[in-house]
Amino acid sequence: MFIIKLIREKTLQVFSVLIIVYLMLPLAVIILLSFNKPKGRQNTSWNEFSLDAWTNICRDQTICRAFSTSIQIGLLVTIISTIIGTMISFALIRHRYRGRGTTSSLVFLPLATPEVILGASLLALFLNIFIPLGFWTILLAQITFTISFVVVVVNARLAGMDPKLEQAAMDLYATPLQTFRYITFPIALPGILAAALLSFSLSFDDFIVTTFNSGRIVTFPIYIWGAAQRGIPPQVNVIASLMFLGSLLLVLVASLISKNRRATKV
Amino acid sequence: MSIAQESIITKPTRRRIKRTPYLLILPGIGWLFLFFIFPLSTLFATSLQKPAGLSPDDGFLPAFKVLNYSNALVEYYPQFFRGFLYSGIATVICLLLAYPIAYYMAFRARKYRNLMLVLIVAPFFASFLLRTNAWKTILSGDGIVVGFLNSFNLLPQDRILNTSLAVVAGLTYNFLPFMILPLYTSLEKIDPRLIEAAGDLYSPPSQRFWKVVWPLSIPGVISGTLLTFIPASGDYINAELLGSIKDKMIGNVIQSQFIDLRDYPTASALSFTFMAIILVMIYLYIRRAGTDDLV
Repeated sequence: MFIIKLIREKTLQVFSVLIIVYLMLPLAVIILLSFNKPKGRQNTSWNEFSLDAWTNICRDQTICRAFSTSIQIGLLVTIISTIIGTMISFALIRHRYRGRGTTSSLVFLPLATPEVILGASLLALFLNIFIPLGFWTILLAQITFTISFVVVVVNARLAGMDPKLEQAAMDLYATPLQTFRYITFPIALPGILAAALLSFSLSFDDFIVTTFNSGRIVTFPIYIWGAAQRGIPPQVNVIASLMFLGSLLLVLVASLISKNRRATKV
Repeated sequence: MSIAQESIITKPTRRRIKRTPYLLILPGIGWLFLFFIFPLSTLFATSLQKPAGLSPDDGFLPAFKVLNYSNALVEYYPQFFRGFLYSGIATVICLLLAYPIAYYMAFRARKYRNLMLVLIVAPFFASFLLRTNAWKTILSGDGIVVGFLNSFNLLPQDRILNTSLAVVAGLTYNFLPFMILPLYTSLEKIDPRLIEAAGDLYSPPSQRFWKVVWPLSIPGVISGTLLTFIPASGDYINAELLGSIKDKMIGNVIQSQFIDLRDYPTASALSFTFMAIILVMIYLYIRRAGTDDLV
């Protein structure tokens, strides 16, 4: 009986590790090929070790320009959609009001819409009212689909919050504003930050919606798509590796900080 | 992900209660009306337009050309079918792969749980396109995977790239985290004492799973399958990078009609039909599964 249980436990464990390996496999390839000196134009098979791409990331100006365009759009999208989405989330979770059901269906709809349709419908709008495509249309399009993700993430955090904390603050004569400032907001903050991080990564990595509404603007994913046919230079792999490793580092530091805080508080 | 939580009624004055929520939702709802609902209605209007001249540069005129729909459907129903088939298969495979690892994370992983979560989300930070492209390297003809499978004669076409297998594999890979995360969230909410109680009452492991764990994880299964199936069915990147011309999905058609051919009415008719099918499917699915706890 014990042995059967052990085997079952191990099978589940081994399977989970394999899934993680599967998810990591393409990342390993991306990082590996960033150190490659491609034989022809296509950087898809190993040829020769080289630090060329790492020491010379911006040799092709267009790559770095595309990268900085994506960062700019990403930051603006993150700020705007996090604010708008958090407001909706507070209304949905903290208030009963007429039209609450409609609000939540309206927020759910963009999540249920395939990206091609979101992109296509905005393109149809911009074409029909003759708005030129470019930086601003990308921004509008991306904010439209990131709002809903922000709402979902912040909702999850707010819904798990103990209402008694706020009631206690009110009982102690805190004004509604003080309650919000010292109780509600700090508790919601991790959810809001997670939502911001998610909307940045969604915006930065978005290709489908963006490509419909980009005009001549080249974002980082649009650059990659264009390069995929003639061969993606290893510099792109370097940037992707840096983004990936940087985000891992960020999460690591954040978790260390929160652990420290908890340790000092207790 | 539930909104069905008890709300706290803050009650300084009656008027405040009434106004605050509307002020809070105003920017968001306004935005969604302007840039989501309104564009969808423009899309619908465009789907009924007729060409003004012979070339798309001449523009299109407002009309009520329902024929656009039947023409589009007659010509592109195979891609519709393929889009739903490939994404359906990918969704089922994702569920089968995701459930065990989500279960492991929720009940067994203990201190490794957060690390696993990070590793599941981390791929998002390296470009979607680049990751999909990396599968070209992994699945290439002289790679290990193809060599291994070929030595057992498991591949009907002796290759994986440029086959429907590659497209489904790519979709499965790309959307797997969207299945794992909601499953994990709903499994993690289950009180392990319920499972212990079932065990104390002499229920065998399989029954413990099917009668206790599975029913309680249904909300996660539903949001996971939707979050996988919806984006996968409209995807055209995997079909484009990993598949052959014969593997084009509905997303590819809409994209090329809009961007390359600029036949906006046909493209809009296809998009609108696609959207309608998706919404009907979601509606039936949710009603069947009996939950409204989605957002």
